[in-house]
Amino acid sequence: MKGPRARDVDLGTVLLAVENVSLAFGGVQALTDVSFDIRKGEIRAIIGPNGAGKTSMLNVINGFYQPNSGRIIFKGEPRAAMRPYAAAQGGIARTFQNLALFRGMTVLDNIMAGRALKMRRGFFWQLIRHGPALKEEVEHRRRVEEIIDFLEIAAIRKIQVGRLPYGLQKRVELGRALAMEPDLLLLDEPMAGMNLEEKEDMSRFILDVNREYGTTIALIEHDMGVVMDLSDRVVVLDYGQKIADAAPNGVKCDKNVIRAYLGEPHGTSA
Amino acid sequence: MDLLYKIFIDPFVQMGTAPDLLVQTLWDGFVAGALYALIALGFVLIFKASGVFNFAQGIMVVFAALTLVGLHERGVPAFLALGLTIVVMLALAIGVERLVLRPLVNQSDFILFMATFGLTYFLIGLGQLVFGGNPKVMIANDLYLPSGAIEFRGLGGFVSFQKIDIAAVGITSIMVAVLAVFFQRTRIGRALRAVADSHQAALSVGISLEQIWVIVWFAAGIVALTTGIMWGARSQVDFSLEIIALRALPVLILGGLTSIPGAIVGGLIIGVGEKLVEFYWGPLLGGGIDTWFSYVIALGFLVFRPQGLFGEKLIERI
Repeated sequence: MKGPRARDVDLGTVLLAVENVSLAFGGVQALTDVSFDIRKGEIRAIIGPNGAGKTSMLNVINGFYQPNSGRIIFKGEPRAAMRPYAAAQGGIARTFQNLALFRGMTVLDNIMAGRALKMRRGFFWQLIRHGPALKEEVEHRRRVEEIIDFLEIAAIRKIQVGRLPYGLQKRVELGRALAMEPDLLLLDEPMAGMNLEEKEDMSRFILDVNREYGTTIALIEHDMGVVMDLSDRVVVLDYGQKIADAAPNGVKCDKNVIRAYLGEPHGTSA
Repeated sequence: MDLLYKIFIDPFVQMGTAPDLLVQTLWDGFVAGALYALIALGFVLIFKASGVFNFAQGIMVVFAALTLVGLHERGVPAFLALGLTIVVMLALAIGVERLVLRPLVNQSDFILFMATFGLTYFLIGLGQLVFGGNPKVMIANDLYLPSGAIEFRGLGGFVSFQKIDIAAVGITSIMVAVLAVFFQRTRIGRALRAVADSHQAALSVGISLEQIWVIVWFAAGIVALTTGIMWGARSQVDFSLEIIALRALPVLILGGLTSIPGAIVGGLIIGVGEKLVEFYWGPLLGGGIDTWFSYVIALGFLVFRPQGLFGEKLIERI
């Protein structure tokens, strides 16, 4: 039997590889010698108990943190650290664990902001809304409307994001990331705090993005059911170290993983 | 009774019987208000994009005006000097981003606020070193700014409008309109509002904080230059001009630190209110109340509506 998604895990080439990355904040070791890769077209889950370094890992990948050692190879190009601008430029988009939206702006403007890097016309033309800049704006608006339709948030597109319920804000954040037309989409707990129905919607969106647009996805998630259903491969972190890296079924039976979640060696709660 | 009459009745009787004086007072207040609004705008631009309360805005006004006049004194033609001053303001914006903001990124707002104090003293020193500390006369004529006054007869007397004031109001309006359209419509404007809302999210969509900071500091520099020219033309250019920045504080409290319309409306309310109260109620208190009246209004706002008329959220106390 194949994976739960009944699809070949033998996916494309390596899109991004993390090699021996270590990261420390003062005396706190957030990541220790972590290596794994993300292949083109797959959904890669990063799981682990609280404080395992999952979000730190995403922050290293999109350049918010600079690792102390190790390197990151993105699209075949090795570098000691990403920079946020270079990451966005290279096609890495992300969402955040605790939502980072432009709260004062409308849903539409938030998603349009995701196209910041794609708009190239000089501001003078934009100022007078004329000629090529107008055409460009219209073209971007069309793409953004497509995303809005896809995420089924057309009804709220003119509403200020800060006034929306949490589940919808999460969806808008995903929309903004999609507007970047990313090659690699990093999702930090996309289902956190959602009810069952919202989780099902979000799972569906994630799968559709992956299948229809072929977007590679790396996601952090606590809900094991979701991880097992969605992901092609899973990397497990605990105390900043990689303790397992396998297909979902493999991870489920892994001794180290079970121990980490039950907390045996450290004597703390899971 | 006599006092009550003087407070509640007499001023309005005067307004009714001498409408020309009323119009004159309103106009003077309006002009002052427009200039307050311009100064406040400089603060709002920088606060919106970086959350920094820029104490150096006042000295930037002086520094810009001083550079313009100083260059002209050394024989540079007026409009070339204007162009060079704009280049200097751009250099200042880049310098501030590289040497002040970038090393202090992720520090608390208060540390950035203190850094702008440092910037203030640096600019005072630099200005004095290069251009000397003597008061200078703004090169209004060489920049083809109008002088003289238009007198308007009627209303039982006459009202005089200084041409330089009309120009100041006109230029301020154009400046505000351009900035408003710029921030509402352009990609950079959208990016700027994005940065103001969330640094993290802005970074994640590939907005360059460095670029945005340079742009807002440059915009604030241009606003400072305009303020310097206008205010300098009405009095003179020296370092005491710096304190006009303090006159903008009540405007900011009234309008909210994050709102461009707030800066304008706040500026006009303070400007007009100040002049009206000074003219009609001032004599009761021996005059000179325009120096503190606006702070009293601001205090009232701080107690009852600390976010200002248009502010988005509760501002932090500085």
